Amino acid sequence: MWYRFQYRYAPYLFVAPFIISFLIFGFYPIVRSIWLSFHLTAGPETSVFVGLDNYTVLLADTDFHKAVRNTVIFAFFSVFLQLPLSLGLAMLLNSRLILGRAFFRLGFFSPHLLGMVFVAILFAVVFAPRFGLLNVLLSHLGAPIERDWLGTPELVMPALVLTALWLYVGFNMVYFLAALQAVDRDLYDAAKVDGAGPWGQFLHVTLPGIKHVTVFVVVLSTIGSFQLFELPYLMLNNGPGPDQAGLTVVMYLYQNGFVTGDLGYASAIGWVLVLGVMCLAIFQLVLGGTLRRNP
Amino acid sequence: MSTQDSTDSSRDATSTDDVRGGTAQRMEIETNGPPPPQLPRVKVRSVPRARVLGLHVLLGVLLLLTLLPIAWLVTGALKLQEDLFAYTFLPEGWRIDRLTFSNIFRLFEEIPFFRVAANSMFVAGATVLIQLFFSSLGGFALAKYEFRGKRPIMILMLMTMMIPAQVMLAPLYQMIHHMGLMDSLAGLIVPSVVSVFGMFLFRQSMMQIPDELLQAGRIDGCSELGLYWNIVMPVSRPMIGAFCLIAFMGNWNSFLWPQIVLHTSDRFTLPIALTQQVGLYEQDYGVLLAGTLLSIVPVVILFLLLQREFISGLTAGAVKG
Repeated sequence: MWYRFQYRYAPYLFVAPFIISFLIFGFYPIVRSIWLSFHLTAGPETSVFVGLDNYTVLLADTDFHKAVRNTVIFAFFSVFLQLPLSLGLAMLLNSRLILGRAFFRLGFFSPHLLGMVFVAILFAVVFAPRFGLLNVLLSHLGAPIERDWLGTPELVMPALVLTALWLYVGFNMVYFLAALQAVDRDLYDAAKVDGAGPWGQFLHVTLPGIKHVTVFVVVLSTIGSFQLFELPYLMLNNGPGPDQAGLTVVMYLYQNGFVTGDLGYASAIGWVLVLGVMCLAIFQLVLGGTLRRNP
Repeated sequence: MSTQDSTDSSRDATSTDDVRGGTAQRMEIETNGPPPPQLPRVKVRSVPRARVLGLHVLLGVLLLLTLLPIAWLVTGALKLQEDLFAYTFLPEGWRIDRLTFSNIFRLFEEIPFFRVAANSMFVAGATVLIQLFFSSLGGFALAKYEFRGKRPIMILMLMTMMIPAQVMLAPLYQMIHHMGLMDSLAGLIVPSVVSVFGMFLFRQSMMQIPDELLQAGRIDGCSELGLYWNIVMPVSRPMIGAFCLIAFMGNWNSFLWPQIVLHTSDRFTLPIALTQQVGLYEQDYGVLLAGTLLSIVPVVILFLLLQREFISGLTAGAVKG
């Protein structure tokens, strides 16, 4: 009797702490931010209903346009430069001819151990003029050692992309490597029997074999790069940088919500971000055929 | 992994010419099953040694490029102020005797380092433990029981995983303000007690626990909570390690929310103290590098302890699902 009673009600008890705190600190804030985005606020206490005003102002806000452009450029390079490099590196490391693969994997992964915040601090110094590591290295190739990467608007985005490459190529490589190792090696032999060259093997064996992981990594990278904040904010001395070249959507949200104190406007920025990210992610999932498998 | 490595080395010891021979050898070691069906013998181009060497050189160069900034960080943190500008890595002629802890001592003067590190440790530790408890218990229920409302819960949480968390900043700020938790460490812990990622991670790993094991426990008179504590959690130890490390690293690097919540310097966490108080304004890069170096030590130690679990936890969701 007690046993049946327990078995029946135990799962509710088990999920309760998680679900209750999820509803309070996950679900409620999301719903609440929709409500907030229709209000004009000053600080956490006062708010006036203004309908869609926040959104109409936002769509005409040139600073916001700049933030969106910067964020999209960064996300583009994350997906189309960083991920192919990760895949290439993973394929190199997956070769049976390479000795010490665990060592290489650990080495390439190691930047991730520093973590985003500390990488941002480190690279603020790496990009410093005169003695910064990058300029010193480039000066051996004849480049000027005085170049101020983070003080020149045109060089800010390349600096951010380069930092993200250093931080994430090895991280995403781990995913690709795990996927490649799960591909049945016999398929390659079969493809060779059918006369497929290296390129044919890549197209017909490797790519289909790692498709799910690729979709997963692409979606994660997209969502992650649209949340770009710490790297530019910390590398550019707690701000958007020269000519706002490092202003991102989340940085603009932070500035409006917590420097200016307009939580309503910040929530509207947040929801434009959510809608953009959701559309892209769903588009990618449909393109990757992931949604069809699990309706 | 180890079987693969041993296969590699034994292969290399014999010859690098016959690629197919290596495959057959690998199959035997890895599967232990019936021998693989014989494929028709094909002529495979042999891999020239020069190309193998070239691959290693390429990987070596890439690895060097990856590790350069880290080497620069370590040496920079331990160099004298004048050497920092004069030499890229070690002082001329590998003068290790010119290395110094002076940057670290200056760091201790500029910020209450141990206080701040303890704050970081407390916040990350408490958050991870609560997340671990909530998400493993929830993951267990969702993996091993059928109950009403299970599907809606899963769908709701899958959807919120795709929503950038920054949209919740403004409402959470209001909530924390009304709860009177602004400028407190509790204000950092309370809103982050749920980890949807962790819940899915545990659900996935706990689904592989055989039902017979749980049934046997029930027959022995174990309560449902006792099953969780005495069977499920011990069996899930690798996943617990992976989750703790991933969650700890994320929390250790948390910046935006602490930046919003904390105002008083003796409540700062490491990222906030380093970026606000050491700062780049004074151009004292040695101190900044020393602070960065000291800050990553706990994560590196944890990682070295839990490395194997970490990789499997990271890729669990991606490869299987």
